[in-house]
Amino acid sequence: MSNGTLQIKAISGHAGTVPGHDASRDYDVCKLVDVTTCIGCKACEVACLEWNGYPFRETVFDNTYQTMPDLAWNYYNLIRFNEHVATDGTLSWLMRKDQCMHCADPGCLRACPADGAIVQYANGIVDFQQEYCIGCQYCVTGCPFNIPKFNAETKKVHKCTLCSDRVGVGLEPACIKACPTGCLHFGSKDDMKDLADRRAQQLREHTSHTSAGVYDPAGVGGTHVIYVLHDINNPEAYGGLPANPRVPWTVRFWKGPLKWLGNLAMIGGLIGVTLHYLRFGPKQVKEDQPQEGGRI
Amino acid sequence: MSQLSSGRILRYNFAERVIHWIAGVTYVYELLTGLAFYSPHLFWIAVLLGGGPTSRYWHPWIGLLFSAVLFRMLRIWSSDMRITGADRAWQKAMGRYIRNEDEGLPPIDRFNIGQKYFFWVMLYAGIVLLVTGVALWFPERIPWNLRSLRYAAVLLHVSAALITIGAFIIHVYMGTAMVRGGFTSIIRGEVSPAWAKMHHRLWYNRVTGAQPARR
Repeated sequence: MSNGTLQIKAISGHAGTVPGHDASRDYDVCKLVDVTTCIGCKACEVACLEWNGYPFRETVFDNTYQTMPDLAWNYYNLIRFNEHVATDGTLSWLMRKDQCMHCADPGCLRACPADGAIVQYANGIVDFQQEYCIGCQYCVTGCPFNIPKFNAETKKVHKCTLCSDRVGVGLEPACIKACPTGCLHFGSKDDMKDLADRRAQQLREHTSHTSAGVYDPAGVGGTHVIYVLHDINNPEAYGGLPANPRVPWTVRFWKGPLKWLGNLAMIGGLIGVTLHYLRFGPKQVKEDQPQEGGRI
Repeated sequence: MSQLSSGRILRYNFAERVIHWIAGVTYVYELLTGLAFYSPHLFWIAVLLGGGPTSRYWHPWIGLLFSAVLFRMLRIWSSDMRITGADRAWQKAMGRYIRNEDEGLPPIDRFNIGQKYFFWVMLYAGIVLLVTGVALWFPERIPWNLRSLRYAAVLLHVSAALITIGAFIIHVYMGTAMVRGGFTSIIRGEVSPAWAKMHHRLWYNRVTGAQPARR
């Protein structure tokens, strides 16, 4: 989703500086998902499809509420239903709205080789620009949350835009509009963190969820989608939310030190063979017959 | 018999030359598009070659062709590429070769040990590139709980590619600038008897029947 109204902070696969960076200030935006008040109505999924203009996908029925098995290139937003048996034997039905987390340190952007295919706006939104996407799917490998999805037909990768086209003109994301329980909130990162902290404290003090907490993982520099969880110590129970997400070290090594080592080796190799030629020159063959030895 | 009526010696037959140049052209395409994806400072190469999506589309297919050619080369050259005692003796004196003091070098067969190492490096790196390349081609086919394979693939693919680039730089330098007559041999297939005697005495003896090969 291209958007001219938002200030750009980082560009994938880009040699040189970010044009216009720091020309104006922007505050960090954040979506807060309070999973403790989610009722799994999937109104956010419908709103997402409506706003982005995608058709409803074919549903599956496997005797659970999970009628959509996974995110898809045209399905950015999915409630994951999980039945979790706690150690004391009590069953809880966990519902988590899954979508792009809009990491402050986005692994997709780090991994992307195409100039401008992934941008990070100054307000924290990480957005794919399909017109520059080359379809390599390195973002799929870079993402610690398993979010980007490839459209094999158009060879482009898609994911939640955090409604950058709405946020850019001062509207809140479509999913927020649709939520009937107030489990979704949108605002500045500071405000949402504050709201989330107070909600988690309320849960700890007034309910049996004594380990309730806010999921804003530091391993990816914090995220611009944060969760209030019943049990902050077990995010995996919510359908594969990683406890400590990080951009894979191989991706960081590949895009960092290995690049410099490789550049040095390649340039060193070229300099090496040039110096060899200057010092020793070519190997000539002394012909023992009157004929040319080395001509085409 | 490899001695031609012109008095020159056939070093590479037509099939070998064709295979070599298919490998060469496909490798250079993989190199250029790969470098474009490797560094933002080289992304312009992808633009020159038809744009990012086009380069990305063809890179794996041309890679498959390169791999197929590598395995074909293995079939036709594997016996010639086996490292022998003569090669090891030659390797001990390799400093002389590098300094162009070729007179005192032990005689060797069709390929010297550097060429053999080049062949095996490209073959094994090519296998790594093929396997990791398929993983990079279809990352979503690798289940999420085996995602460490995706992570390993990106690192191994670029590492193997860098190793081939190092080998490739030396190969091109030696084949064009350093060893005069070498480039002609892979274009027209022929070398002069003096060239063969100087660089590959055992092979010269073997193919001309000049004297029994000392092997």
